[in-house]
Amino acid sequence: MKDPIIRINNLVYRRGTKLILDGVSMDIKRGSIVAIMGPSGVGKTTILRLISGQLHPNKGSVEVNGKLISSLSRRELYECRKEIGVLLQDGALFTDLTVFENIAAPLREHTDLSENEIHERVIEKLHSVGLVDTEELMPHSLSGGMARRVALARAVIMNPKIVLFDEPMTGLDPIAMSTVGRLIRTTNDKLGLTSIIVTHNVEQMKKLVDYCFILASAKLIAQGSPQVLMHDDEPSVDQFMNGRVEGPLSFNNQDDQSGPNAR
Amino acid sequence: MTKDRSKRRKLLAPIAETGHCGVFLMRMLGSIRFERELLISTLQQTYLIGARSLVIIMICGFFVGMVLSLQAINALQQFGASDQVSLLVGKSLFRELGPVLTALLFAGRAGTSIAAEIGLMKATSQIEAMQLMAIDPVQRIALPRFLAGVISMPLLAAMFSAFAIMGAVIFSVGVMGLDPGIFWSKLQSGIYFGKDFLGGVWKSVVFGGIVSLIAVYFGYYAKPTGEGVGTATTRTVVLSSVLVLIFDFIMTSFLI
Repeated sequence: MKDPIIRINNLVYRRGTKLILDGVSMDIKRGSIVAIMGPSGVGKTTILRLISGQLHPNKGSVEVNGKLISSLSRRELYECRKEIGVLLQDGALFTDLTVFENIAAPLREHTDLSENEIHERVIEKLHSVGLVDTEELMPHSLSGGMARRVALARAVIMNPKIVLFDEPMTGLDPIAMSTVGRLIRTTNDKLGLTSIIVTHNVEQMKKLVDYCFILASAKLIAQGSPQVLMHDDEPSVDQFMNGRVEGPLSFNNQDDQSGPNAR
Repeated sequence: MTKDRSKRRKLLAPIAETGHCGVFLMRMLGSIRFERELLISTLQQTYLIGARSLVIIMICGFFVGMVLSLQAINALQQFGASDQVSLLVGKSLFRELGPVLTALLFAGRAGTSIAAEIGLMKATSQIEAMQLMAIDPVQRIALPRFLAGVISMPLLAAMFSAFAIMGAVIFSVGVMGLDPGIFWSKLQSGIYFGKDFLGGVWKSVVFGGIVSLIAVYFGYYAKPTGEGVGTATTRTVVLSSVLVLIFDFIMTSFLI
């Protein structure tokens, strides 16, 4: 793979004495939609937090666009994050701001655009996620799917190079799921993004992504296109992709809430 | 060995937390920029936590003034000195009761709402979302609330004292039949602008800083759960009230 936009090399991450990630390596190709999958609690979200620099690896490295994330100062990291859009679980919209102000927040912070230009760009992004006349609504009056779309518009307002999605489909009805899925595809291709999706929803991923990484018990157990992985004979891959109860992976309840708060 | 160490860590925890809070304060002050955004959000917060606390401060001030003059007249009458009531009420108000009671009310009214608001923003990952958008939440969320607290406390304390004096006038002149001329002239000649009034202003600036620093700090480092937000709110009121009283003694002993 030539010139990957994200290069993760032999990553080791421990929380307390527990090994969350053990020697994980990934190369993520520019312009693709990539899924990081695995059973709950396997450290998928932790990988996103390592990419965005909220957590630091115990060993190994994360390079984004050629920059070693863990070696950056706070200011450099913030500079770097302007090129990364993130859609958190449930969207994490600012509850005391309108939809318009939510999407405009990064523009107001990082650019000197005039009020007219901001208005133009926000409305354009809102239209591109299929929302019309919603800019004056407050986040609490939005449905789950709409909130997710607003969050997507906010994540791409700065025209980032990379967008990270943390469980973008969870809690949505099937139609909203497909709509959000299609939006991820169209925004990715139209804006030339690289999208990384953390999820355990195998069905949606088969339709959406170009490439998959599967994590299980702290290790990367398989990677490839969804079509290839569906027919992988390796028992744990087969078990996960086809949702079988019997298999080498045990059902365990480790929690995946590896927030910066869990540090 | 390990038991010993954990015991020591427990003993040292308050010191470590004080240091952590100091670092947080420095980070906040270090992120001050002279720009429009900060000015606007500080003014907004001053309205939300300052102006919105005004009614409760005025009501409390009024009744404190009344009860103070009632007690003062009652005590001074024994020496036949009830015409000195305005002096006693004024001194104790401007120097002590104004700043201290306002700070305690402010901790309950504004401190809790700041801590709960920031804690809730954290529990719903809004703080994290800001960090990920490269927006510094310390600068955009914590700093305006802290500055607003420092600005509004002296103003609220002044309002408190003003309404307390009003309560004292109404009670001692209106109810007890004291001569209004004596009341005002004693007040005017006995209260010094520098020592009494400005001393109180200084105190209330410091108290405003203490209360709002503790509120933003506990809110910002609250556990992102319902219980965590509750704990942060409670600790804000308890600790800021205690610290206000401790600092009151320390400052008084220097100012007097």
